Amino acid sequence: MIGSSMILVRYMGIAILSLLILACQKETQVERGNREKILIVGNGGDPKSLDQHLVTGVIESKVIGTLFEGLVGDDAQSDTAMPGALWSDGAPVTAEDFAFAYHRMLHPDMAAPYVEMLYFIKNAEAYNRGEITDFSQVGVKVIDPFTLQITLREPVPYLPGVTRHYTWFPVPKHVVLRHGKMAQRFTAWSEPGNIVGNGAFVLERWKWNDHILVKKNPRYWNASEVQLEGVKFLPIENFYTETRAFLAGQLHTTYQIPPDLVEKMSREYPQYLRQEPYVGTRFMRFNCTRPGLDQAKVRQALSLAFDRDELCATVMQGFEACTSYTPKMGDYSPAQVLRFDPAKARQLLAEAGYPGGKGFPRYAILMGSGGTRSTVEAIQEMWKKHLNILVDVRMMDQASYIEAQQKLDFDMALAGWIGDYLDPTTFLMMWTKGNGNNNTGWFSKSYEAMLQKAAQQTDPSKRLEIFEKAEALLMEQMPILPFAWQARNYLHHPSAKGWHPLLLDNHPFSQVRLEPTKVEP
Amino acid sequence: MIQYLFHRLLQGGLVLLALFTLSFFLCRLLPGGPYQSEKAIPEHVKQKMMEQDGYHLPVHQQYLRRLSGVVRGDLGLSIRLSGRPVNDVIAQSFPVSFQLGLVSMMLASLIGVPAGVISAWKKNSAVDFGVMAVAMLGLCLPSFVIGPILAETMGRSWQWFPVMGWNGADPSTWVLPMVTLGLVYAAYLARLTRAGMLDTLSQDFVRTAHAKGVPMHRILIKHCLRGGLVPAAAYIGPAFAGIISGSLVIESVFQVPGLGRHFVKAIETNDVNVIMGIALLYGGLVVLGNIVSDLLILWLNPRARTLSS
Repeated sequence: MIGSSMILVRYMGIAILSLLILACQKETQVERGNREKILIVGNGGDPKSLDQHLVTGVIESKVIGTLFEGLVGDDAQSDTAMPGALWSDGAPVTAEDFAFAYHRMLHPDMAAPYVEMLYFIKNAEAYNRGEITDFSQVGVKVIDPFTLQITLREPVPYLPGVTRHYTWFPVPKHVVLRHGKMAQRFTAWSEPGNIVGNGAFVLERWKWNDHILVKKNPRYWNASEVQLEGVKFLPIENFYTETRAFLAGQLHTTYQIPPDLVEKMSREYPQYLRQEPYVGTRFMRFNCTRPGLDQAKVRQALSLAFDRDELCATVMQGFEACTSYTPKMGDYSPAQVLRFDPAKARQLLAEAGYPGGKGFPRYAILMGSGGTRSTVEAIQEMWKKHLNILVDVRMMDQASYIEAQQKLDFDMALAGWIGDYLDPTTFLMMWTKGNGNNNTGWFSKSYEAMLQKAAQQTDPSKRLEIFEKAEALLMEQMPILPFAWQARNYLHHPSAKGWHPLLLDNHPFSQVRLEPTKVEP
Repeated sequence: MIQYLFHRLLQGGLVLLALFTLSFFLCRLLPGGPYQSEKAIPEHVKQKMMEQDGYHLPVHQQYLRRLSGVVRGDLGLSIRLSGRPVNDVIAQSFPVSFQLGLVSMMLASLIGVPAGVISAWKKNSAVDFGVMAVAMLGLCLPSFVIGPILAETMGRSWQWFPVMGWNGADPSTWVLPMVTLGLVYAAYLARLTRAGMLDTLSQDFVRTAHAKGVPMHRILIKHCLRGGLVPAAAYIGPAFAGIISGSLVIESVFQVPGLGRHFVKAIETNDVNVIMGIALLYGGLVVLGNIVSDLLILWLNPRARTLSS
C-alpha cells in the first residue's frame, strides 16, 4: 500500500513538474503578436452585437470600425463615389447598399436605438416615427450605382465627421436579405460565418467574453497599405486584470487603467503610459425640480465650492479639471467660467436663504454601478468643508440608476457624456426640453432659440459664436455641474506604431503597424 | 432504488417549476426593465422594441409564453446581447465553467481529502494544527485576494502561467484560476473529512482492528475512509453544482469566459431571459448534484441503504 502511494506521489510530482515546464512561457503574446502581425487590444467588454443598427456603444464601434467603412461627404448635398470597392465576399459596394442601410435603420420596425444619428437627413425623423410611410420622401436618393445623394434637414457643417460614425456605414443588402427581411431585428446576418463587410478586416472568430479576432480583408480597396494581419480584441472588464496582463506581455494596448494606478504607472512605467484628451465630460446632474435645487444660485454655489483641480489631482488622476462643459474641440472655445471660489459660494448660498448652510436640505448623490465612490466622497468632503452642508450617497444598480434619472427620482446624480462627433452640438443639444438625455427638469426657451439660430447659420465661425453664448447661458443656469474633462489613460506597447492620439479614440487599425521594439525596463 | 430515484426526480421537477415562477415574477418587480441605455433611446423606439419582444403583453400571458418555451427547451432571446438565443449563451459559456469547476474540484479533493485524513490520524498533534490552520486560512481568504496574489507572483513576476485568459486546450491557462478556486473548496473538504474521519475512528470496530494488530494505514484507508467521507460526499454534490455554474470573481480576475459574468451582467441590465435561463440551469444542477450526493452516500454507507429501502 505504501509502495503504491509512493508511486502515485512520484507520478503526481512528474505531472506537476512537466506542467510547470510546459507552462513557462518562452515568448510573450505581444512578441508572438509582433511576429504574426496581430495587434492585441483590450476592448473593455464584449460588443452587444456587430449589427450596427442594434447597438449604441463605444466598445462596438471599435470592432465595427474594422469591419465596415463609411462615406465621406462635404456639404448639404453630399455626392459620394466609391471606386471599385468590394464587400469581403466579392460583391461590389454600391450606393444601394448605403441607401438600404439608412432605410433599414430608419424603418420603425427596426427599432434602432441609435436612430437619432440619422435624423440629420431630411424627413428621416418623420419616417422613423411613422408620420410618413413613403421612404422616397426621405432625403436619400440613389443616382446611379456609385452615386448617392443625401439631402439634409439643415446645414450640417460637421457632416464628414458624423459620417465616420458607424450608424452611417453601409450594410451588405444581399447578405442582410439572405438571412431575413430588411427590418427584422434579430437575424443571423451579423454572426460569425455570415457577416460580410467593406472594411480593412473581416471577422474570423468571436468567442463571447474571450476574444474577437478580425483578419486582414484581401478585398479591401486599400489592402496593400494595411500592415497588420489581424486585430484581436480582448473584452477585459476588470481594468486591474487588464493592467496586469499588459505588464505580463499579453496585450499591446489597454482600454483603460484604473484611476488609482495612474500615478504608479507614470512613476514606474512611463515608457508605456499614454494620457490623451478624449471628448467627454464628467458632471453632476441636478434635479432642478427639487426645492432648493430649483434655484440657480444654489446650483452656482455648489459649483463654486467645488475644487476641480484638487479632485483631478487626488481622485480622478489623469482627468483634466474643466473650465466649462464642452471639452476642447477645434475652434470652439466656450468662456472659461468654472472656477473655485468658496467665499463667493458661501455668499450665494446665503442669498438663496441658507446662510452658513443652515436649513439646507439633506440631498443624496445618486450613483450607478459604473460610478466611483471616491469621487462622491471627495465631493461630500468639499461641500462640508466650504459650505457646511451634508449630502448622502445613494448607490443603485445601473438599470435602476438610469430609470431614477429618467423619472426625476433623484436629487443629484453622477453622470458623464462622450461626444459622438467633433462638434459642440453633440454636447449642447441634449439639454433641450424633452430630450431623453436631459433628465434635469431644466429647460430654457432662450437656450433653445440660440441652438436653433445656430443650426440655420452657414458661417462656421458665427455658428460657433452662437453656441458659445448658449453654453455660457447653460453654465449660468447650471442644471449640471461639470467637474472633469475625460481623458484616456491607458498603456500602450511601443512596438505598435502609427497609433496617434485621437479625440474620439477611433484609431484606424488599418494604419497601425507592428515593429518589434526593445523596451528599457 | 428506482422508486427512490423517481421520487427525487419528481421533486426536482417541482422545485424547478417553483424556481421558474418565482424568478419570473421577481424579475418583473425589478426596476429599470431591459431597455435602459446610458444614452437614452427615443420613447417610440423603446415602445417598438417592447412590442417586438412581447413585453407589452399582460404579465400572465408573458409567463405562459415563457413557460411553454422553456418546456420546449427554448430559453428565449437575450435583450442585452441583441437577440442572441439564451441557449447559445449557455452553450458557449457553460463548457468553460464546467471544465474549470471540474479541474478545481479535482484539485480540491486531491488536497482536501488527504489533508483531512492525515489531520484526523494525527489528531491534536502539530501536524493536525498545522493542516487545520492552513485550511482555516484558505476559508478566510476570499478568492479576490488569493487570485490577484497568485496572478501577480506566478503570472506576472515569475512568468510561469498566463495572468489571464482561458484556452480549453492549453492547461497552462487553467492553473491560476483552478488553484484559486480549488483552494477554498479544499479547505472545506479538509475540515469535513477530518470531522467524518474522527467520528469513524472513535467507533468500536476500529478499536477491534487495532487490537487485531491491523496496521494504521490499513485501518485508515480500508476501514475508515468510506465512512469518514460521508460528510464530504454530502457537500461535494451541491458544491460542484455551484462551482460549475460560474464564479464571477474568478472569471473577472482571470478573464475566464464562463457563465458567472453573463449572470451578473444580466441582473445588472435586467436581461430577464438570461437571468431565468441561468437560474434554471443552476437549479437543475443543484437538484442533480443533490441526487448524485445521495446516491454516493447510499454507496458509502450501508445503513443509509437499509433506511432508504
